[in-house]
Formats: sequence, structure tokens, C-alpha cells
Amino acid sequence: MKIKLKVWRQKNRDTPGQFKTYDSPELNEHMSFLEMLDVINEDLANKGEEPIAFDHDCREGICGTCSCVINGKPHGPNRGVATCQTYMRSFKDGDTIVVEPWRAKAFPIIKDLVVDRTAFDRIQHAGGYISVRTGAAPDANAILVPKKDADLAMDAAQCIGCGACVAACKNASAMLFVAAKVSHLGLLPQGQPEREKRVLAMVKQMDEEGFGACTATGSCQAVCPKEISIAFIARMNHDYGKALLKGDPHAAPGQAG
Amino acid sequence: MAVLNSNIPPGPLAEKWEQYKFNTKLINPANKRKYKVIVVGAGLAGASAAATLAELGYEVHNFVFHDSPRRAHSVAAQGGINAAKNYPNDGDSVYRLFYDTIKGGDFRSREANVYRLAEVSLNIIDQCVAQGVPFAREYGGFLDNRSFGGAQVSRTFYARGQTGQQLLIGAYSALNKMIGAHAVKSYTHAEMLDLVVVNGHAKGIIVRHLETGAITRHNADAIVLATGGYGNVYNLSTLARNSNATAIWRAYKRGACFANPCYTQIHPTCIPVSGDYQSKLTLMSESLRNDGRVWVPKKKEDCKKRPRDIPEADRDYYLERMYAAFGNLAPRDVSSRAAKQVCDEGRGIGPSGLGVYLDFADAIQRLGEGKVRERYGNLFAMYHEITNEDAYHTPMRIYPAVHYTMGGLWVDYNLMSNLPGLFVLGEANFSDHGANRLGASALMQGLADGYFVIPATISAYLASQNPGQRPPVEHDAFRAAEADVQAIITKLMNSKGKHTPTSFHRRLGKIMWDHCGMARTKAGLEAGIKHIIALRDEYWREVNVLGAANDWNQALELANRVADYLELGELMCRDALHREESCGAHFREEYQYTTADPEVQNGLVNVGDVKRRDDVFAYVAGWEYPGTTEKAPVLNKEPLVYEAAHMSTRSYKV
Repeated sequence: MKIKLKVWRQKNRDTPGQFKTYDSPELNEHMSFLEMLDVINEDLANKGEEPIAFDHDCREGICGTCSCVINGKPHGPNRGVATCQTYMRSFKDGDTIVVEPWRAKAFPIIKDLVVDRTAFDRIQHAGGYISVRTGAAPDANAILVPKKDADLAMDAAQCIGCGACVAACKNASAMLFVAAKVSHLGLLPQGQPEREKRVLAMVKQMDEEGFGACTATGSCQAVCPKEISIAFIARMNHDYGKALLKGDPHAAPGQAG
Repeated sequence: MAVLNSNIPPGPLAEKWEQYKFNTKLINPANKRKYKVIVVGAGLAGASAAATLAELGYEVHNFVFHDSPRRAHSVAAQGGINAAKNYPNDGDSVYRLFYDTIKGGDFRSREANVYRLAEVSLNIIDQCVAQGVPFAREYGGFLDNRSFGGAQVSRTFYARGQTGQQLLIGAYSALNKMIGAHAVKSYTHAEMLDLVVVNGHAKGIIVRHLETGAITRHNADAIVLATGGYGNVYNLSTLARNSNATAIWRAYKRGACFANPCYTQIHPTCIPVSGDYQSKLTLMSESLRNDGRVWVPKKKEDCKKRPRDIPEADRDYYLERMYAAFGNLAPRDVSSRAAKQVCDEGRGIGPSGLGVYLDFADAIQRLGEGKVRERYGNLFAMYHEITNEDAYHTPMRIYPAVHYTMGGLWVDYNLMSNLPGLFVLGEANFSDHGANRLGASALMQGLADGYFVIPATISAYLASQNPGQRPPVEHDAFRAAEADVQAIITKLMNSKGKHTPTSFHRRLGKIMWDHCGMARTKAGLEAGIKHIIALRDEYWREVNVLGAANDWNQALELANRVADYLELGELMCRDALHREESCGAHFREEYQYTTADPEVQNGLVNVGDVKRRDDVFAYVAGWEYPGTTEKAPVLNKEPLVYEAAHMSTRSYKV
């Protein structure tokens, strides 16, 4: 099969970008989407044109590095997968495929399809942890966790931090990401002592990073490669409201969206 | 010649670590903050080390080439993490975990390190649970365990099929806490390109910022490398595409010895190669072998039939047949070689003939599809995405692929290399897995090294260094190292050849797989070395790197890494050539059991099993860079002495 690739090219943060269209060499339907980009890049390099920069690493849907908006949809046409788990069998011979980077004020473009997602890290520096010193832990089975709580915490913990939720959202909101992080720890007994402080701090940082508010369209959960549910957003709003009402004199209130 | 002193503490095996901790020099809290430690990498070993060292009060600077520390390749581990908790009451103990690991490594690892690893495995699980790692639970709220290859007890803790990601999120959260407290300075998109050695001690690194291309110098009182394994020298592997050997290779070229480079683990259960464009191979967790049965047709002519059309009587469940006691849970090296053997006999399945079946029909009948889905649902989904096949109804097709490198920089009991001040953790060092690693042990080692070992051992070195006296970055050694890094980049950018770094990487990978893969021979390795040297020569004449050096440039990143692979690949072949024995994952065709051997006649091993030569090769090979790639590297030996474990023939039959 062959396709036309209409792709965003941008030299760096400060230079405006534009779409460029390339004809692919011969491809095959068992290639992953990223392998298709590899093949096009190899072809471009052999023609003396600089390859398309794109983020990728594990290529098995767990590191959260790859980040392409494919035909308008983050991570492409299929549910529950990342870009690297999208295969060319999802497209037809002769298709024009439009590829863009994540677009959000809080994710500035570094080059071509690569964006800066350090805002996600900063949100987690603000409170995405349980404060336990190495060596201070009791025996693992001293903390009992009901299976259903552990399973639900695990559902939230599956988040790979790719940012597709932000890219899909018309408001570029990071609520699904932050809700997954807050819920993972908030559902476990170990996470209770800092539960209120954590949600206040993470939401405050989220707002400072320039992410938009949540208007509950659900587009985030539709594109999430781990299919994380927006029910976690409701859970976070609940935690946030409770924390605000209880009041923490040291925490400046932010907006839960 | 380098001196490889293991510095194993005296005393009985079970008391060494306790005694060591008591006898080691400590640093008072007021002085700790005067010491700066650089940690390169933020996988399980790096993130846990950086967080813990910062908690202790050291000034920690952490460098990763990823955009976020959470993306390190530990994230991709699926199956689980071992610990000798003995929660299932099935006969496990610290000693048993120690012994299984030593035996699994085919008596080529250092006994004292492995015992310590088994000891601290207990604390790791406690630590991870306290951090909020959502391990699988039973209905009573207690932790669940499962079994894994190379063990007859259930000691593996897991979090669905993504234990690595959950443990990494735990370590990353510990790191975040310390970054948030300004106790760790985190550098992202920052790739280490050289080690700076001042008066024989490691005192700094040279870093390239991937976005701007800026080259910077960073000094410290000690350097900790936790930069992972070097399996990508084979191009196709289960590693993330960006995992690379540059940090440890450039440390080698500054004088750190490289130990046992030829010990490469080929994982038995990966999805087979489908074409030339392939960029990576995907592993299907070994945990699948708990419930899946491995087979091929008994007759060659059945290979192209649909599996459901091959009756039970015509199937060869070869692992169950060959290794009765362990069956489908035989260790990785044994299982991989058995797969190669049946495919070499012409009984492989799938389009390429390089594949075997992993069949869940019995498990689904026994447990129901729901239970199988609960245990392995995400793995079946992953398999479906890649192959477009439904493993609930047709067996998976699998084949071995490069997965892990047991070799790495040589370290002593302190995890310090022969270069004082240089510490090496996790997969980047060589110490704990011998010639073959057991499943669910890599996560254990990474976290043991980072949370519990380095925090205790680094103080002995730092106490010997005057606080606040580290060399400034203006020192000549920093200037020279930066100039060397610049020279390599300039040479790559100016080469203007005809071929991309990717194409050279692919060619090198093929040479390595063909000549230094699952089965090795003297003639094959000698030919491999010749091919690599020729390819390296061509590389520097013909490589083509487009774009600019002072810009985001993924071709340049790869070009730097491939330049190192082209040297490391040669060293791996040389090590494999010199080791005239078979052990664990290192299989030399010249050294295998035959019908003439009493071990075969007694039913202890099979014909074709690896045959060690303990009288000649019971040592760690620590290769030393001679200052130029023109000369052969220098071989240093650390003898392996077993005080507690008896060096025996490794048998998984009885």
C-alpha cells in the first residue's frame, strides 16, 4: 500500500510551522504507524531532506512518549491504543493521512510532532506522591487493601502520562490526567493522610500551567490509550470540594474546573 | 592492568551485609549536604537511588534523555517482581531465592551480591506498597503471588501486566517528592555523552541537551550510572528504541572495565519478526507460561496447517517433554534454545517458520475465559493489536528475541567500578544475574541497588573525599572531555555519506544476531568481528546525518549511539570468542552435552544442554579499554568463589 502523509513541520519553538505533504514509498499493512514514519524518514533522508521529528520510545504502548494526532484524533482511529500500537491495516491504500502534534498552550511545540510535556511532571512534583522515606515502610501485608479498592486504584494508575486527554479536549484540560493520579493514591489506605493536601496542590499547579477547565465532554476518555474513565474526574471533584470545605489555611484554592 | 578486587566483606554469607553496614564509614548529616552526587538515568535503579540519596541529605542531580523520568524503559516490564516473602507458605526463603538466582545464572554471578539481593528483596515490597504501588490482591486484602520461570515457588508480586510501570511510578513519585522539595535537581532531555575522570576518580559528566544541542559540563563528588542495558546493539530487541549503551560505553573508554559483555538474554516469548521495516520486537510476558503450553507440530508437513487442525497426538509439547520438573516454566535461556532447536529441525510455525505456539486452550477449559482474561487480558489485547489474531481462540505465535544483557560495567560489592567514584546500578552493571537472569529479577535488582544498596555503600567512598573539594568544571579534564564529545559530533555531521545511521544499525544488528546470538561458534564469532570492523570503517566514511548539531536532531542522537554499538558489538564477540565454554545464555556449539556424557546417561541433562567448564572459566571477564580501537582489549579476571552454594550441573529435568 501507499499513502500521502500530510504532516506538521516546524523547525523549533520560535518558528511558525506549516503542513507538508509527502508520498510514501511502498508500505505494508503489518507496519505500525511509527514504522511507517520510519520508512518515510528513511526515504526523506536518502533524498537529502531532514526527517520528521516525532517522539517515541517503547513502541508497545506503555511509556507514553508517542504523541500524534492522526486524522484529527489523538493516537489515531482505534480505541484503547497509543500511536505506536496503531497499525497500517487501519488505513486504506491511497489514503491521505493528516498528522499533527498535540496542540495545547501548556504543551509548546519543540519541533515538528514533538511537544514539551514537562507541565505534567511539575503537577506531580507538587503532590503526586505518598511521603514515605526509604526504609520506613511496615511489612507489605500489614496494610490490607480490599481487592475492589486495589483494582480501582489500578484502573487509575494505568495512566501512561501521554497527554492525549489534553490534546483531545477542546479546552485543553488536564483533568483526566490529574484525576487519575489523585484517584490512584486517594483510593488506597496508604494515600489517606495526604489526600486533601495532595488534591489541592495538584489542582493548583494544573491551573498555573495553563490547562483549561473541564466541561465534561468526555473526549478525553474516548482517546485515552488506557481507557481511563471520566468517573475519576467526578471522584477528584469530590475530593477537591471536600478539601476546600474543610479548608487548609496553607493552600491557595485553585479551580477544579 | 586494572585491579578487580570484589571487596566482598568477611564473615558467613548470611551476615556479610549486616556486618558491612555496621563497619562502613558514615557521614554526618551536616557534611552530607556538602557532597554532590550525579545520578544518570531514572528507571527503577536511577530514580530510587536519586530519591533515596536526596532523602539522606546529599545534593543530587539527576539526568535523563527522556522528556520525563517516568518514561525510562523499566516502565515496560510486564510480569512481576520477585521477593522471598514466602506469603504463600510454599517453602520459599531468602536462601532459596538466593540459590535459585545463582543456579539460574549458571554459577557465573558473585555469591555475596546475590545473597544481599535476596535479603533486601523483602524490604522492596514493603517500600513499594507504602508508596502506593497497586499490587494484585486477594479478596482478603492480602497480596497475591504467582510463579515464574526457573522457580518452583510462587514469589512473584505483580500489578496486572504492567508491574514495571507501577514500580516505576512508585520510584518516580519518590523522586518527584524530592524534586518538589528542591533536594534533587532534575535535568530532562539531557543525554550523557562522556565521563570525566580526574586523577583516576570519576568526577563529572558531559551532557548534550537534546533540544538545543548545547554541550555542558557537570561535576560531582561521585557519579552513579543507572542507564540500563545494551541489547539494542542487536537493533531488533524488546528494548525501547532509545535505550542505548553510550553512557556505559564512554565510561568504558575512560577506564571502567566492562564485564561479561557476551551474556545476552534472548527472551523465549516474543512476537515473531514480520518484515524488514521492523523497529522493535514485542515481548509477551513470561507469566503467560504459567498457563500457556508451548508446542510445535511433531511432523514438518503439519507446520502450515491451522493449529486447530493438528490433533493432540501430533503435537510436541517439547518443554514438558524435555524438562519434566519445570515444564513450560523452564528458565529463559533453556526455553529459547529449545525453540530454536525445534525450528532448526524444520518444525517452526508461522509465515517465516521461526515461531512456536503458546496455547491457552487448556487453561481456558480449566479456568474459564473470564479468569484468563483477568490474568492476562492486556497481554492478549496487545497481541491482537500487533498480529490481528485472537489468542483466546487460536494459539499465540512466539519466538525468542533479545531482551536483557546480564553483562555490564564491572562493579565490586559496593557497586563501585574499578574507577573510584563511579557507581553502576541495575542492568548497567554485571553483578547479580551471572550468565542468565531469571524472570522478575530485573525489577528486584534495580530497586535493591537504588533503594537499599547504594545509599549504604556510597558513604564509604565519599568519606574518603574531602567535602566541598570536587574539581571545578574548568579543570583540564572537563575541557578535554568536552572537546572529545564535540569532535565526535563534528565528525558525524561532516561525514556527508550516503547512508543513514538507521541503515548501519540494521546491518550491525544482523551481524550480531547471526554471529553472536542464541548459538555461537569460534568461526562464526571470528567472522562477526571482521564484519563489524569493516562496517565500522564504512560507517565513518559513509554515514549521513542531516539537520544541525545545535538543534533537536534525532538522526544525530542515533548516530552517536550507533558509533558506540559498532565498538561494543566487537567487544561482545571477542568476549564470546574467548569464553570457550557454554554457560546460561552463552551457548557455544562446541561445548554441549552429548550422549557420551554421564550426566545425560543419568537423566540429569538433555543432549544439547549447555556445558560449563568450571576448571577454566569460573571467573568474571572484565575487559579494559587499551586506549584505541586498533588494539585488542585487555582481559582482567575476577575469580568466582562459592562458599555456600555448591557449583553443580544445572538441571531443570529433575
